[in-house]
Amino acid sequence: MVEMIATRDAYGNALTELGTAHQDVVVLDADLSGSTKTGKFAKKFPERFFNMGISEQDLVGTAVGLAISGKVPFASTFAVFESGRAWEQIRQSVCYPFSNVKLVASHGGITVGEDGASHQSVEDIALMRVLPNMTVIIPADAEEMRQVINVVYDYRGPVYVRAGRNKTPVIYGKDYQFKIGKAVVHHIGKDVNIIAAGIMVYFSLQAAEEMKKEGIDAGVINMSTIKPIDKEAILKAAEASRAIITAEEHSVIGGLGSAVAEALVENLPVPMMRVGIQDRFGTSGKPEELLKYFCLTAEDIKKAAMEVIKRK
Amino acid sequence: METVKETEGAKTDINELKDIARRIRINLLRMLTNAGSGHTGGSLSAADIVTALYFAKMKHDPKNPKWEERDRFILSKGHAAPLLYTVLAECGYFDKSELMTLRRLSSRLQGHPDCKALPCVEISTGSLGQGLSIANGVALSGKLDKALFRVYVLLGDGETQEGQVWEAAMTAAHYKLDNLCAIIDRNRLQIDGTVEEIMSIEPVVDKWEAFGWNVIETDGHDIAKILSALNEAEKVKGKPTMIIAHTIKGKGVSIFEGKVEYHGIAPTKEELEIALKELEA
Repeated sequence: MVEMIATRDAYGNALTELGTAHQDVVVLDADLSGSTKTGKFAKKFPERFFNMGISEQDLVGTAVGLAISGKVPFASTFAVFESGRAWEQIRQSVCYPFSNVKLVASHGGITVGEDGASHQSVEDIALMRVLPNMTVIIPADAEEMRQVINVVYDYRGPVYVRAGRNKTPVIYGKDYQFKIGKAVVHHIGKDVNIIAAGIMVYFSLQAAEEMKKEGIDAGVINMSTIKPIDKEAILKAAEASRAIITAEEHSVIGGLGSAVAEALVENLPVPMMRVGIQDRFGTSGKPEELLKYFCLTAEDIKKAAMEVIKRK
Repeated sequence: METVKETEGAKTDINELKDIARRIRINLLRMLTNAGSGHTGGSLSAADIVTALYFAKMKHDPKNPKWEERDRFILSKGHAAPLLYTVLAECGYFDKSELMTLRRLSSRLQGHPDCKALPCVEISTGSLGQGLSIANGVALSGKLDKALFRVYVLLGDGETQEGQVWEAAMTAAHYKLDNLCAIIDRNRLQIDGTVEEIMSIEPVVDKWEAFGWNVIETDGHDIAKILSALNEAEKVKGKPTMIIAHTIKGKGVSIFEGKVEYHGIAPTKEELEIALKELEA
């Protein structure tokens, strides 16, 4: 039985550990500390926690003020509000001056579930990726999230990290080591390679397992850092299989799929397909229903992989 | 001799401060004319306020721009960059000759303040409505560290039409940021017309008081009055202070005063001649 932990819970725990080790860690939230899991830090370090109320633009601006005063602020709310409502504040005051602000947004993607389209962020990665100076990370599991939070604390500069609402399988053990901009190559396949991020990494591993049973050698790469993207890993995979699939819980426009396509088309064009949300808004439903509805299951990844192999 | 408070190294002679403000106006107009574009009206309207802050009120050290105990100044109305640059150069943060590079390719003096290029600028601004939130963050950090520095932030009156300003207004009062003093350059003009006709911000005093602030109104061109307002603000505990500084856009040059046309354009060479005659008289 696989252990199941939500990346937002891993964030809350990592943040509290970080706060214990480092006095300069401060945390801000916009009235969602129970959901983003910053509440745990708030309870332990109330003097270093600032609830900004329902005001995302002010949340980001205040974090900038703390950052330029030498603190290391982690500012959290839901992904759709953090990346969307405060986008121009992030552009002007975080990215342009290279402020040392860590934006950790929870409830990324459609697996937010029943709350529906208004709360389902399918554009955040595109919005953050386009900003100069920004680093964009989607941890695939709880262990990767734990390490990401520690690594981005040491890194000086703007970072956007996406966390998920639901419990997801733990993929990595303590021996795993996260590095910004370094893809995790699970296996390089000869027939097709799947480049995935977030919850799609586990589904991609399942899809590859299924294909293996049918004699197809499918590789899986966890591209947890969307920006700066690991171009070398993409090209190695493309060279090996001459067919690439991307899998993301995000619009196929502007996110991981686009980033991989950009790298391929300029260096090594090979047949490629993007599994993701096809330029649509989310909708209400149970997370597992939504994954089927938006064609984001292991089965969908496998289907796309079989198709792209035919195009070689 | 009219004198005001005692910040170490600060100018206390009002006439000397007036002379500095006059020099600041001359230099900023020269740099604007040389650049051929930029915001004239709002730089002139805030000249006395920013002069009072940098030459009489604030603790700061041009030789050590990142001195931890310095008072912080955030120009939320980043459009007044020419004023900020001229004041910083006059203080000695960089050589005055650099002023003539304003808005040129590769210049540290970008069209709006860029703190990466010019580290004596606390934070890059230019997109309106963001400075107060940032100032709040700096003030919160000061409180956390029990630091003694004060935080000053200058907003335009039109700028307070931005919704984020009111989010930040709530935050400053909620966290009782009495180490923060905001100033509104109430020059009553914005690029499309008068603030009153574009989007009225009145009753401005009542609004800030209702948001939990200590509010002081003053003449934004009387340096002695500006300084006494700043000193009064420092005595108020438990809440932030907003100084509504009544000013005239384009102040100091008759052909620019109160003229909305000079919000966003630089003086021509001929206009500069007229301006210099008036200011040097």
